[in-house]
Amino acid sequence: MLEGPAVAAALRELGITHVPWIPDSELGKWEAALSADPALRLLRVAREAEAIGIAAGLLIAGQRPLVIFQCTGLFDAGDALRNVVYDLKLPLHLLVGARGQLAFERGQTGDTCPLFTEAIVQAWRLPYRVLGVDETAEVLVQELAPAIRGDQPRLLILPE
Amino acid sequence: MLLEEALPVVAQHRGQNVVIATMASIGVWPQLADTPLDFNYLPSSMGLGLSLALGLALGQSRRGVIVLTGDGSLLMHLGALATLAAYPANVYALVMNNGIYEVTGGQALVGAKEIDFAAVARGLGFQRAYTFDTLATWTEQAGTVLTGPGPVLASLKIEPRYGQKTPRPPRPMAEQLRRLRAALSA
Repeated sequence: MLEGPAVAAALRELGITHVPWIPDSELGKWEAALSADPALRLLRVAREAEAIGIAAGLLIAGQRPLVIFQCTGLFDAGDALRNVVYDLKLPLHLLVGARGQLAFERGQTGDTCPLFTEAIVQAWRLPYRVLGVDETAEVLVQELAPAIRGDQPRLLILPE
Repeated sequence: MLLEEALPVVAQHRGQNVVIATMASIGVWPQLADTPLDFNYLPSSMGLGLSLALGLALGQSRRGVIVLTGDGSLLMHLGALATLAAYPANVYALVMNNGIYEVTGGQALVGAKEIDFAAVARGLGFQRAYTFDTLATWTEQAGTVLTGPGPVLASLKIEPRYGQKTPRPPRPMAEQLRRLRAALSA
């Protein structure tokens, strides 16, 4: 799993300015490191669609947000995603924690999230990649930097 | 009060703020103001205007953001008020409280006649939240509401209009965004 200080360093390298998010048990482990970084502003929202709306406003204002939340939030926030990516055509960047994915692959969970996470991303036709469990935070730079340079949306799935 | 009466008061007091019009307001606002700082959020995601406004306000400090939202939209993202309260910025949320989904023909909202949005906002941490039942009081106090530190919520009691057509923005989204970005960076 990615460690908070390394994630913070990667986001700094990417020039990320704001992180609208709802952390879960895995993503929340990064909170201390992300909060301590003066270049980042964490914005904790009440519901995931809000994070997408805030990110849209930040993008229009010239900032560089990265939205972070769990796959359940992705399931819930579909209309916001549709509007921001396809109507407003803003280059939204997201990191989505795939709850239960690792246990699912071991056959050790009845969590239904892994059945739908990647399928939902595909349904929304978002460019995406599933990160490997052994990858370092450098993968965030490798995957997001080209999308940022090209003003293209990009979603990364982090198996949990 | 009528929507056509309430919004000219906003135009009179908007100052240099960005205005995000949503839903039924888009049927009226472009006739009142059509500068690069006027963003008619259509096509939209219902209720997302508040969050869009917060992002715009946090992303630059020169201009506040007035968002003309509906009561139905607010109900869909009521939690956005908690987020607005948690990250103070100059966002002025004007709720066109007409009790119906006007752009889809006038279907009633759940609980519309009982909801005190100003009380909800205060309960979620807003220091400044108002209710205006008449055009006279709105006209009298709009200047105060739309200045000073945000976030601010004002619920305006608007007469419902039935059978309205879905409004259309005055120009395509791409052009609106290009104009707004240019104005914000000027």
